[in-house]
Amino acid sequence: MEVKREKVRALSPLDQPKTPEELRVRQMRARDLLRGDLDGDELEKHVTDSLLMTTLEKALDWGRANAVFPATFGLACCAIEMMSIVSPRYDIARFGAEAMRASPRQADLLILSGRVSIKMAPVVRRLYDQMLEPKWVIAMGACSSSAGMFANYAVVQGADKFMPVDLHVPGCPPRPEALLYGFNKLQRLIVGNPEPGWRKRYNAEGTEEWAREDVIVDQPSEASLATYGRARDVAKAAPVGEGS
Amino acid sequence: MPDAPGLELIAQELNDAHSDAVLGTYHEHGEACLIVDPAQVLEVLGWLRDTPGQEYRFLSSLHGVDYLPAEPRFGVVYELLNMPRIERLRVRAAIADPGPDGLPELPSCVELFPTAEFQEREAYDFFGIVFSGHPDMRRILMPEEYVGWPQRRDFPIGGEPVIFTHNERETPRWYE
Repeated sequence: MEVKREKVRALSPLDQPKTPEELRVRQMRARDLLRGDLDGDELEKHVTDSLLMTTLEKALDWGRANAVFPATFGLACCAIEMMSIVSPRYDIARFGAEAMRASPRQADLLILSGRVSIKMAPVVRRLYDQMLEPKWVIAMGACSSSAGMFANYAVVQGADKFMPVDLHVPGCPPRPEALLYGFNKLQRLIVGNPEPGWRKRYNAEGTEEWAREDVIVDQPSEASLATYGRARDVAKAAPVGEGS
Repeated sequence: MPDAPGLELIAQELNDAHSDAVLGTYHEHGEACLIVDPAQVLEVLGWLRDTPGQEYRFLSSLHGVDYLPAEPRFGVVYELLNMPRIERLRVRAAIADPGPDGLPELPSCVELFPTAEFQEREAYDFFGIVFSGHPDMRRILMPEEYVGWPQRRDFPIGGEPVIFTHNERETPRWYE
């Protein structure tokens, strides 16, 4: 059987049966196929009418882009705008991402909605590391992109300092429409760049913990220990109630 | 709120009970404040809490202040409240800066007002004021391994330099 590859017009009006009679003809043809009575030109016509030819990768990426599971995760005030994208007014269900997952193990999109404080950064990074590939991150708003107005000691100056961010949505806060538009851009990214692992996407291979030469020991610094020791000594020296 | 004569009466009675405990008073914007000797701050707070007629039983706030470049540099402010009379009284203890190697110290008032525990930790976290006798002197808001006292006035603000048109010439080839 000769298969002609042409541009897919799935579900376009051209391919729909135009009259009830045509629909009936197609139904009878399908019944005959199931019974094994169909052959020759009829069989060929049925196949070209009802099959959609593509590659497995494309079908997979299409599926991934249209069934994104965002994590139920809010950091600050942007989270209020983020919550409303699930509401009927904006309705992210139109793009197949309405299933917010309460666990990073089941999610594949992390929306950083708000400023990331330096105390929160390791937590966010751990959440990201717990998500399964393929996974994506949207930095929503000025704060998670560049710390916005918080140029101070407590806020990380842009979330991409400690984790890969696929997409930045500007605004303070962005409107829900803007976030939805960003999400649509992300869908195009998913379809167009099917490389599933973030280390491959961002040339970060070799930075895995097991692949690093230097061993990172998570220990408080000398200065920190010295300060704490001093404070504890002072606090212990005078028992409560005796004054100074 | 004690009025200005009432505040002077309180100061007088306090000085009679604990000699030289009150270093000064001021009354501004309808708010009364006692400036006390940091070594006797516990005696003052205890007297204000327990003396009949005073009974400031609620510590509504405790906070650290950095008055740089004034001397003494640090201050701890106790906001006391008498709930039945709805009267507020501010007690301020000024502590000198012990230099870059030491930390300013003050006796802890957790025993008198249990609510002070977290607030003293906050003052320690941001100003490095150590409260001796505090049961758990740790940072409360900043990460445990953080170094420095971020709300002091000589602490750098932090962040990254942002390039505007007025300073882009100072960062050559910024567009790369």
